[in-house]
Amino acid sequence: MLLIPCPHCGPRAQTEFSYGGDANVARPPAPEDADGGTWVDYLYLRDNAKGGHDELWQHIFGCRRWLRVGRDVVSHEITSCTELAESGA
Amino acid sequence: MSHYSLANLVRHGLTGHRGWKPAWRDPAPQAGYDAIIVGGGGHGLASAYYLAKNHGLNNIAVLEKGWLGGGNTGRNTTIVRSNYLLDANAHFYEHGMKLWEGLSRDLNFNVMFSQRGVINLAHSKGQLETFRRRGNAMRLNGIDAELLDRDAVATLVPGMDVSANSRFPVEGGLLQPRGGTARHDAVAWGYARAADRRGVDIIQNCEVTGIRRDQSGVTGVETSRGFIASKRIGLAVAGHSTQLAAMAGLRLPIESHVLQAMVSEPVKPVLDTVVTFGAAHLYVSQSDKGELVMGGDIDGYNSFAQRGNLPVIEHVAACLLALFPQFSRLRILRTWGGIMDMTMDGSPIIGTTPVPGLFLNGGWCYGGFKATPASGWVFAHTMATGQPHALNADLNLNRFHQGRVLDEKGAGPYPWLH
Repeated sequence: MLLIPCPHCGPRAQTEFSYGGDANVARPPAPEDADGGTWVDYLYLRDNAKGGHDELWQHIFGCRRWLRVGRDVVSHEITSCTELAESGA
Repeated sequence: MSHYSLANLVRHGLTGHRGWKPAWRDPAPQAGYDAIIVGGGGHGLASAYYLAKNHGLNNIAVLEKGWLGGGNTGRNTTIVRSNYLLDANAHFYEHGMKLWEGLSRDLNFNVMFSQRGVINLAHSKGQLETFRRRGNAMRLNGIDAELLDRDAVATLVPGMDVSANSRFPVEGGLLQPRGGTARHDAVAWGYARAADRRGVDIIQNCEVTGIRRDQSGVTGVETSRGFIASKRIGLAVAGHSTQLAAMAGLRLPIESHVLQAMVSEPVKPVLDTVVTFGAAHLYVSQSDKGELVMGGDIDGYNSFAQRGNLPVIEHVAACLLALFPQFSRLRILRTWGGIMDMTMDGSPIIGTTPVPGLFLNGGWCYGGFKATPASGWVFAHTMATGQPHALNADLNLNRFHQGRVLDEKGAGPYPWLH
């Protein structure tokens, strides 16, 4: 069981959270000017790193805030957990 | 190497079975090959076998980091089916089903293919109507499908609670009678032995650490046992496709997730078909040893750890007991996890890549095991001719760039939801 240290609610079990995927995927800044390749990158292509991974989780059975979690996807160690709105991403 | 037959069994029996030779050789890597396949699981071995058998190539190597079939080939729940809605998937998996039906004889190796039927349960009139649509689509594609009402389900699975009082009352189901199970390890071993007999070098404990390329395309692979040259390289390493493709400078529409499976302690025969319970997600069958073999959803977050987490195990067990309350006293004997390539549309990727000479067979999501023969068949064709086979033309990597995604569930580009 992952224990996610929610900055508002404290350490909570993963079953209280909903997964939101890779946190570093950014929508094209000027969508109207983006070409097909840019959209393919944004929609489909992922780094899928074997190691440190920045990812989104929503605390749906807690504060309902979106969080940005740093986790090692091999050891499952959680190295950071911050409020998404304050992370600048 | 002896042909497996009753005559040879008797002949070896007369000498106390001391005369059997290893089923495949253990060769050292040569300096170069006409084709190299990375990954010694079912898909890689099947690809090598069909390259040799259908296309006459026999200067081929299969490179395996660990041991044969030690990845997802040995970690799945052994279910074989071709009950797909979309044409591209239906034709591809149905070709696989036809290969399964003759596989033991073709390989001279008993893969214990058992066509015990696969039942998808429906729990509402609406769900049954979507099954009717899928069943009709299957029949139009020449695949067997039967729509079942509740009584027919009760007759086929007498141990299941189909009463109106159950947690999820059963409304009916969709049966594919030709679906079933096969012995997963035997599939890897059978293809390995058959490929080896056609001259394929199967090299275990040989990890690929880099892919060399020049302007014209790939030129070979760096491995833990030295450089091996080849202008034709196929990747069949589902779970780590991202990492291998990155060695050639490619980014893929794939995330790696852990999928768990588990078995109960063995009991006498109680379930002679495969039951899938899509409403809450469980699939269960009984192995020939008597264990109930179960699986459910992926854990739902990126993972390269070949182990999962308790919430999914609890969920799978709860689903099992909702359908079969009498199993409440069975104990879980083992659980394990395998790393899935989850693609952005839930369908596999098999075909060419933008790098000349590099071919990709991956993105199998939950569905790799049943696809093994068809995957090897079309991947061998793709590697031999440089062009996709008609059956994998729609499964090529470039579908994401061309807006031709194959999303059976309509879930969108969220790999953890497929």
